[in-house]
Amino acid sequence: MSTTAIPPVRGARFLARRRRSYYAFIAPALVVVGAVIVFPWLFTLWMSAFDWTIGSAAHFVGFGNYAQLATNRRFLESILHTFYFTALAVAVPLVLGTAAAMIFHREFPLRGVLRGVFVMPMMATPVAVALVWTMMFHPQQGVLNYLLSLVGLPPSLWVYSPTLVIPSLVLVEVWHWTPLVMLIVLGGLAALPTEPYESARLDGASEWQLFRFITLPLVAPFLVVAAVIRTIDALKTFDTIYVITGGGPGTASETINLYLYLQAFAFYNIGTASAVVVVFFVIVLALALLLLHVRERTKWS
Amino acid sequence: MTVATDAPVPFPRRRAKRWARRVAFWLSVLVIVSPAVLVFLWMLSLSLKNEIDNLTYPPIFIPAPPTFDNFLQVFEQNAIGRYLWNSIVVSGGATLVALLIGVPAGFGIARVGAQRLTVLILIARMTPALSYLIPLFAVFQLLRLNNTLTAMVITHLVITVPIVVYVMAGYFETLPKELEEAVLIDGGSVWSTFRYVALPLARPGIVVGTILAFIFSWNNFVFGAVLAGRETRTLPVAVYNVLTFEQLAWGPLAAAAIVVTLPVLLLTIIIQKEIVVGLTHGGVKGG
Repeated sequence: MSTTAIPPVRGARFLARRRRSYYAFIAPALVVVGAVIVFPWLFTLWMSAFDWTIGSAAHFVGFGNYAQLATNRRFLESILHTFYFTALAVAVPLVLGTAAAMIFHREFPLRGVLRGVFVMPMMATPVAVALVWTMMFHPQQGVLNYLLSLVGLPPSLWVYSPTLVIPSLVLVEVWHWTPLVMLIVLGGLAALPTEPYESARLDGASEWQLFRFITLPLVAPFLVVAAVIRTIDALKTFDTIYVITGGGPGTASETINLYLYLQAFAFYNIGTASAVVVVFFVIVLALALLLLHVRERTKWS
Repeated sequence: MTVATDAPVPFPRRRAKRWARRVAFWLSVLVIVSPAVLVFLWMLSLSLKNEIDNLTYPPIFIPAPPTFDNFLQVFEQNAIGRYLWNSIVVSGGATLVALLIGVPAGFGIARVGAQRLTVLILIARMTPALSYLIPLFAVFQLLRLNNTLTAMVITHLVITVPIVVYVMAGYFETLPKELEEAVLIDGGSVWSTFRYVALPLARPGIVVGTILAFIFSWNNFVFGAVLAGRETRTLPVAVYNVLTFEQLAWGPLAAAAIVVTLPVLLLTIIIQKEIVVGLTHGGVKGG
């Protein structure tokens, strides 16, 4: 520290004053974050204890909203839909993203351009993406059924079928977010040491063995990071589901987020919606922590 | 790779094997890149064909001749121009405010080592965006601010402030502190170290923060869907309404989708590499 030249007492006061002036830089942002982020959290927690529909008086019900949710079939089903969607929307992009990262990790002509193209879906406006997929899913005129017919497969109902709607929505999600997983894993691959590969090659290891026993364990921490982010985002998916199916057919693709939207902005049940938010947040947090716990364990091994 | 200890293989066979490998590799490149290319090309194709061509089966892929009627239509009938302007005002305003308060905050956090504050941002990242809307909706109702662009700008701060603070805190940390300390020893204020030393050096970080904040705000749909009225809709909401009101007008729909997403794709090209940081840690996004 360059402050060693200053007498100690003055130095301490000087440092304290300096620290305070740095906090002055942070203060305005703290005020805004407090108003638009922390206040909504507290308000939601508080409101979840009330029975309140916009336009009528609110009255305190304690844990009543939670108790009601615990027995609400539609809400419980929405949790199942969310988990089903999330499991697929995490697993598939992880596998494909890793495969894509292995490809882009090599040197080849036009690599930069092709990587740029590959990454494009990730930034595209979700609503625009959802609209294009809505048209592609169309059972009569959609291009997807045409592609199926080209390879001799029967046409599918895609999002119009209660059993296929979630896998179809996952397809959009995979298209949209595999690039993010690819970029994270690619970052991991770039940091790998080269020595283990050289010695394994000399021992006659095959490409698959190299991948399975050297690359995979070494990039595992990055895969976990990708899994955590993907899980959080998949649980929270809203735009594409809302635009493409609106939770339908029936309630076949109604996730927690869609249910929340209906409660809050179609029925104006602010109390119930707030309770849904709290439950939802606990689920997101729990899954994120679970995955981070897995990460700690992969670090040890 | 062929290993040196391989049994001697006749020369032509080895060459054939190398060729097969190369072909397989390029095939896999083709397979992973084509979904991205095809969807965007299909979007472009739909937007450049008339309605009859768009609804024929089997589908026509290449517009012959291409028509710009769909684009004209969304600008004339659906007033996309006005919503484009709304989006520019909302995302531009929210990004500007985020820069004004977020750049100094990033500096402060980096210098006092208050990294714990960024945990707040991570939690914000995990909270569903809809949950911010309920309280803000209620407050705006009280203040009679619903259906105003001001309310939209305030709500979009939920997105832009965490990203800018996060990116800037990270960036300022990488800057050397020696110069700033020299200024402080010479009796300069903390403000002057920020204004004349750190800020000019932070320009690349500011560019990344600005673009990321702008893109996330631009792409946001729910906030506008809930809070905006007819006059104050942002572009993604307006584009969604093209779908609900003209169920099968595919050409205009695709044209509207292109209008909303093209600016983002162009910005993406500028900061391709830095995007990962923003997407992984950058704050509230999506639903």
